[in-house]
Amino acid sequence: MDVDRNVLLDLHRRMVRIRVFEEEAGKLMEAARVPGALHLYVGEEAVAAGVMANLTDDDQITSTHRGHGHLVAKGGDFKRMYAELFGRATGYNKGKGGSMHVCDMEIGMLGANGIVGAGPPIAIGAAFSDRYRGTSNVAVTFFGDGASNEGGVHEAANIAALWKLPGLFVCEYNGYGEFTPPARHQAIRDVADRAAGYGMPGVVVDGMDVIAVYEATREAVARARRGDGPTLLECKTYRFYDHVGIRGMGVSYRTDDEVLQWRKRDPVALLEAHLADAQILSSDDARAVHDEVRAEALAAVAFAESSPFPEPHELLEDVYDTSLPAPDEAPR
Amino acid sequence: MTTAEATTSRKLTYVAAIADGLRCALREDPLVFVAGEDIAGYGGVFGHTRGLLAEFGPTRVLDTPISEAGIIGLGVGAAATGCRPVIDIMFMDFMGECGDEILNQMAKMRYMFGGKARLPMTVTTMAGAGMNLAAQHSQSLEAWFCHIPGLKVVMPATPYDAKGLLLAAVRDDNPVVVVFNKRSLGMQGDVPEAAYAVELGRANIVRAGTNFTVVATGRMVHEALAAAMALAQDGLDLEVVDPRTLQPLDIETIVASVRKTHRALVVHEAVRFGGFGAEVAAQIQELAFDHLDAPVGRVGAPFAPVPFSPALEKLYVPNADRIAAEVRRVVGLQV
Ligand SMILES: Cc1ncc(C[n+]2csc(CCOP(=O)(O)OP(=O)(O)O)c2C)c(N)n1
Ligand SMILES: [Mg+2]
Repeated sequence: MDVDRNVLLDLHRRMVRIRVFEEEAGKLMEAARVPGALHLYVGEEAVAAGVMANLTDDDQITSTHRGHGHLVAKGGDFKRMYAELFGRATGYNKGKGGSMHVCDMEIGMLGANGIVGAGPPIAIGAAFSDRYRGTSNVAVTFFGDGASNEGGVHEAANIAALWKLPGLFVCEYNGYGEFTPPARHQAIRDVADRAAGYGMPGVVVDGMDVIAVYEATREAVARARRGDGPTLLECKTYRFYDHVGIRGMGVSYRTDDEVLQWRKRDPVALLEAHLADAQILSSDDARAVHDEVRAEALAAVAFAESSPFPEPHELLEDVYDTSLPAPDEAPR
Repeated sequence: MTTAEATTSRKLTYVAAIADGLRCALREDPLVFVAGEDIAGYGGVFGHTRGLLAEFGPTRVLDTPISEAGIIGLGVGAAATGCRPVIDIMFMDFMGECGDEILNQMAKMRYMFGGKARLPMTVTTMAGAGMNLAAQHSQSLEAWFCHIPGLKVVMPATPYDAKGLLLAAVRDDNPVVVVFNKRSLGMQGDVPEAAYAVELGRANIVRAGTNFTVVATGRMVHEALAAAMALAQDGLDLEVVDPRTLQPLDIETIVASVRKTHRALVVHEAVRFGGFGAEVAAQIQELAFDHLDAPVGRVGAPFAPVPFSPALEKLYVPNADRIAAEVRRVVGLQV
């Protein structure tokens, strides 16, 4: 394997950050300390980490309703993320968006999204703009197996391939769209089969193997940066918790055994076993990373929970951009 | 049509009343089918289709892919060729995904085809804010649909109306959009066991009063009733009118009330600007100007997307206090 040890350690840290962030977020939701609903990314960490390790802060991503992991992996700040989940003024979106809209425009995270399948069309706009503005950036869109059946996803993929836009379509195939398995929502086994119909390469990788995701992304991103167009990268993964929250709504739609089988391939544990074998990171040192990140998370939660709520005047602000003078006051 | 009064009735929640309405529709007409995202195996994320798959099987109760445009189109094609589909769009906010299928296809096919097509289809959906679900899962977009000739639009406020309006919608030979409110799901009320329809286009005087008319839709009916209680001590005797069907609108009942009370306020959860309330206020002023002692007031959401933070959302969603304050303002009392 030709992946540098520093890259491996970076992948590990990104995954642990997601895992710890989400475990704590899940507890907050179950304890009703945060309002609303959270869609947790636990189990799918290898996808966000493996993709994001190939991107710079100038590259953009669009995310999904299950977006915390994408932002964490892109370099999101725990404090502002938790504050957003708590609906506080110190949050990324000043408390106006919450879990499903958390964003960080400074590092190219164009938002989680409450509308399934809404990300890909926006991502091709970012990719278009990247090329139009003469940058070498790429734009990556994440979407689920369920989202792959939205019309907008196909329209975006077709345009991206047609115009050879510097983009990457990452399908997070986690075995369910809410409570419906792909066998009951599409007639194909691999979403990547559709790539041929769009006219772009389609690649299927083990989404529990962060190194596989990393390497496949590296190739796809290089291709996009070269101007050879987008790739559809399908990552087979699994969400360990329920569609919403940890235990979800208590209706059964999958077996405990299925969850257990997938948990045996926990992406964080898989990488840690590999790092220990290769004598890159001992299990004690891995533990220390978890502890360090957990301490950061707990401090961030405390910061978030003690932050002020937005002031009433915020309600009507940010509807329009008023940072520029009104047209009649503008210099001629 | 069975009269509701003649049959046994029991307490049901709003959400169970929806399921009951769908069950009646599926039982009485083999051409009815129900399709939507996670409505079969899971029984709907709101629980409003629970039990239907077990009773009617997967040919009549269908889980669909996440493809809103596709499934509304499916309804249009199936309705135009003899079925009577009920298509569920989980959250009203997702209507954007199937905009064309609704406004250019479902609504207009009959007219464009010179009356040659029949579109007996129903679209059910959940609207409403106040649950910290943020800007894309909280909207009330009924005004969009009221503006499209060819569509009918209903907004049930109670379990009784949830079942009755739903059945009327399914039996109607035109496309009807049924807008439920997700914060009302747990509300209890009397619901007859029989299949009954609440006539479309017929308003309901929910509370009779003498000197002020409040026209309220959906969940706001209950906020208006709470405001009426609070205002009674000020000598204000509110008449609360629930149009139930927004399109076609029973303006006669509303105007008759205003002729009696001489003052009116229109209340909805949707954004005030360009809302359904503007239409009602305009019609009242056209039809009962000489009877009015004050301009018609309106209460609705402010001109902003629905905020996530509870601190902001509580300022956003109209409630009994805001309705009462606006009533006082309209009658010229100090607020
Ligand atoms: C347009 C739209 N339709 C439906 C929904 C409701 N919804 C939220 S998440 C979800 C399932 C998405 O499945 P998938 O794309 O596989 O993502 P996953 O939740 O598995 O990560 C659905 C149907 C939505 N938010 N937006
Ligand atoms: Mg999925």
